[in-house]
Amino acid sequence: MIATATRPLLEIKDLSVDYLTDRGAVRAVDRVSLEVQRGEFLGVVGESGCGKSTLLYSIARLLTPPAEIASGDIWFDGHDLVSMSDSELRHYRWKQYSVVMQSAMNALNPVMNIGEQLRDAFDAHQRFTGRQITARSEELLRIVGIDPVHLRSYPHQLSGGMRQRAMIAMALAFTPELVIMDEPTSALDVVAQRSLMLKIKQLQREFGFATIFVTHDMSLVSHFSDRLAVMYAGQIVEIGETARLFAEPKHPYTVGLMRSFPSIRGELQPLAGIPGSPPDLARPPAGCRFHPRCPKVMDRCHMEEPEFYAEEGDLIRCFLFDSDA
Amino acid sequence: MTYLIRRLEFFAITLWAALTMNFIIPRVMPGSPAEAMLVRFHGRASPQTIRTIEIALGFHTDESLLQQYGEYLWNMAHLNLGTSLTFFPSSVGKAIMVGLPWTVGLVGLSTVIAFVLGTLVGMLSAWRRGGILDGALPTVFIMVSAFPYFWIALVAILIFSFTLNWFPLGFGYDLHQHIELSWDFIGNAIWHGFLPALTIVITSIGGWILTMRNTMITTLAEDYVKMARAKGLSPVRIMFMYAGRNAILPNLTGFAMSLGFVISGAILVEIVFNYPGLGYMLLQAVNNEDFALMQGLFLLITVAVLVAVLLADFLTALLDPRTRAAD
Repeated sequence: MIATATRPLLEIKDLSVDYLTDRGAVRAVDRVSLEVQRGEFLGVVGESGCGKSTLLYSIARLLTPPAEIASGDIWFDGHDLVSMSDSELRHYRWKQYSVVMQSAMNALNPVMNIGEQLRDAFDAHQRFTGRQITARSEELLRIVGIDPVHLRSYPHQLSGGMRQRAMIAMALAFTPELVIMDEPTSALDVVAQRSLMLKIKQLQREFGFATIFVTHDMSLVSHFSDRLAVMYAGQIVEIGETARLFAEPKHPYTVGLMRSFPSIRGELQPLAGIPGSPPDLARPPAGCRFHPRCPKVMDRCHMEEPEFYAEEGDLIRCFLFDSDA
Repeated sequence: MTYLIRRLEFFAITLWAALTMNFIIPRVMPGSPAEAMLVRFHGRASPQTIRTIEIALGFHTDESLLQQYGEYLWNMAHLNLGTSLTFFPSSVGKAIMVGLPWTVGLVGLSTVIAFVLGTLVGMLSAWRRGGILDGALPTVFIMVSAFPYFWIALVAILIFSFTLNWFPLGFGYDLHQHIELSWDFIGNAIWHGFLPALTIVITSIGGWILTMRNTMITTLAEDYVKMARAKGLSPVRIMFMYAGRNAILPNLTGFAMSLGFVISGAILVEIVFNYPGLGYMLLQAVNNEDFALMQGLFLLITVAVLVAVLLADFLTALLDPRTRAAD
């Protein structure tokens, strides 16, 4: 019992994902390790193409060719998801962990109404009576703040915000332990974004599920996530508590990210981007992947690849924090 | 609902336009069926005879065009299509009713079979993209559909009827049999129809396989298919309800069109197999300058296409909720 209580819900060890192309494998996720505790809200941020969505879909085991897991383990509640076959996975999908996708317009089947798509999820895992399913479906829509009459609505009849809520309702069908979210707010305007984030946070408190929330918008997760992982070129470069990371970013890339969006309450300072552009993952630079763009680049950054160094509870992949040096 | 009403309005207007065209074209064409008939009598006919023939064929030259038009529409509404020259003194309606079941049975059934089979094979080969099925079937059938179907028909007759004697050489049934609704007769008709049906199916299935496979591949990359996998749905359900049902929508109209053209028959197949259907009848009508029969057949083809398109619209509305809300 004690072991279960202390064991993290999700444990990823040295996970690598390759895209197999004609010119060889492109490593989109490179030796990523992270843990998610029960009930925790983990934010994953990074630029487009840094591998954050690929990481997410490999956790959910939803990668399609040419992408495939090259190595590493994904332990979900003590079970190895990587070695499971599709039919074994079906028992975990949706009941244990569910997925909320970026654009609900494309993620909902256009020819089935919301109720039918909910019923599909229920029928796939357990025998329920029609009445039970209807009652539960109505309850779910109420939970996310949609009128239950929309069970009979088709996706095209709902607004963007409602579709996202309907999808979240669907993700909560079995009140899973983990809800994986891939930029669920990116298609919405800022007002709808905020109300959806508040809803997610409230539901998370209420039902106690853990969340991995991928976004490119740092300011969005800053108020909601417990911990934050920053990704660059397929690797995690910094991971730590959100508040501390925001107050005192350590990795030069994180520092650069922080300077690239305005703070509402903080003092006025000119916005500075990060010079250069992310590397081609087919031919990543030698040594530290960030060194060509890094303002604090040192000699060894060109040759050696940095490990993670601990600093005030954070992990930073940068030689600046190598205490032995 | 508004969608369906608008489709019905469209149907009514096109039907009226087709009927009117059908009325105008023979009347502005040089020559008349009566003259054609006269040639058969080698000119030995009195003006009185010509008048009688014209009236019998539904041409009242002494009436105004408008009167004729009104009468024509009245006759059409009562399915009174005039008298056939080829099957004189039988009416066009009767003649068509004799050939219609054969064509609908043969061409209609084989069109449906080709569509259903082709769609299934296309769906499966996209689902197992790069598999054995996907490697073999689409390629083979696309090559086969490039062959002219009368050629396939000839080869089929040569092999299965002439050499192996498995199937009859032609026609729709054994002539000594009575046309009746008995198992004996139906079995005989199926035996006769097998080769022509096979010919139509193997030459038309390739198109359905290819279009379904291609739309299915696009559909499989959609987020809702990924989402369905995330939900842990069974592969069969994902293939049919999520990928297949969306992929089939663009193909429905094409299917309806080909159903409409069933009536015009696979003329060449019917000729090769000497099949007693409408395609063969159309050929006879053209050879005999049987205007009334041709007009009747053309009208039937037009109406069939229109009805088929209307059905496809209804079917699309049934399968795709987005079209229902379109306006």
